Amino acid sequence: MGNYFGIIVEGIFTQNMIFAYFLGMCSFLAISKNVKTSFGLGVAVVFVLLITTPVNYLLNEYVLKEGALSWCMGEAAATIDLSFLSLILFIAVIAAIVQLVEMIVEKFSPALYNQLGIFLPLIAVNCAVMGASLFMQQRDWVNIGEVACYGLGSGLGWMFAIVGMAAIREKIKYSDVPAPLRGIGITFIITGLMAISFICFSGISL
Amino acid sequence: MSALFSDKNRQALLGPLSANNPVLVQILGICSALAVTSQLKPAFVMGLSVTVVCAFANVILSLLRNTIPNRIRIIVQLVVVAALVIIVDQVLKAFVYDVSKQLSVYVGLIITNCIIMGRIEAFALANKPWPSLLDGIGNGLGYGMILVIVAFVRELLGAGTLFGFKVFPQAFYDWGYMNNGLMLMAPMPLILIGLIVWYHRAKNPDMIENN
Repeated sequence: MGNYFGIIVEGIFTQNMIFAYFLGMCSFLAISKNVKTSFGLGVAVVFVLLITTPVNYLLNEYVLKEGALSWCMGEAAATIDLSFLSLILFIAVIAAIVQLVEMIVEKFSPALYNQLGIFLPLIAVNCAVMGASLFMQQRDWVNIGEVACYGLGSGLGWMFAIVGMAAIREKIKYSDVPAPLRGIGITFIITGLMAISFICFSGISL
Repeated sequence: MSALFSDKNRQALLGPLSANNPVLVQILGICSALAVTSQLKPAFVMGLSVTVVCAFANVILSLLRNTIPNRIRIIVQLVVVAALVIIVDQVLKAFVYDVSKQLSVYVGLIITNCIIMGRIEAFALANKPWPSLLDGIGNGLGYGMILVIVAFVRELLGAGTLFGFKVFPQAFYDWGYMNNGLMLMAPMPLILIGLIVWYHRAKNPDMIENN
């Protein structure tokens, strides 16, 4: 149990998607103008990460990895390595799942759909989602539970970052920022300062 | 030949270098721009890869633009881009293996690089192949340019090298000069791009935002 908790905390703080790997930066910069929409997008990203990362793990484990096909083809498959296909399959899985999530949410929870509606299609091209799948492929997670925790942790870390950023940007409207820095320039610099504060977590190991 | 480089086409090629720069003005493709810039070599390779993918994806989708049903266009775009990125990935692994190791997941993330999707949506789906090719090359180069500038500063101040060659003589270090390790860490590229945006907008006052 402690291991799972450790992976989640690691995803939120020490390996934060935004501050350590710069993933999902585009929507982070474009959407973080007010707290409410940022929160909506954050929830959608957590949701999608929580589903796509384990699905891609199964795909990697049982289809793509070297020798992974031997569960259905026996000895003959021991040398088959399909990992060069992983990029195209991962993105197809992500796009399909995002579409599916959109339809399910629309059917069962129209209120949530109205909140997330415009963001869901955007998530298919959010690099945080694709990035989590690719990092998953590089690390040696033992089972699907750990992978799900990793997806959840990185999603929460991303949400944490975008909501924090939106709160700061709401306040900074009232400050006198030098004209050429207004808008995107100051946002970059604030993100940099936030990232400096996140370096202090980097020594923690759980 | 004059028709090939009409004003509009020249605009498609040269506009993205400054006035319509994908990183500074359109705010696209930031993720990879930040992550691969701790040294010049990977930044250079990344800029080149994105230029190639962006140019070919623009041409292919511009050729297909009248045959793709609108509802499924995102999936079609992703498949075309992903196929191109796989080719680039395999080429990098074959010829510059060490750089490809350094870039790690960020090569794969070219697929979700918003520059490529953004240019396809905004330009290639509405224009003929030739202007789309120029637009793709222009945006790729505009992106690569920012990458190289940021990587130049980071590698010079952070490691004291350029393309891996030592720039500062040993005597500097003996006098007490030190490499700035913070340059190589995550926060600095964000701040550097912030400063580049500042400079760029101070030079082009019409881009200043009013909020």
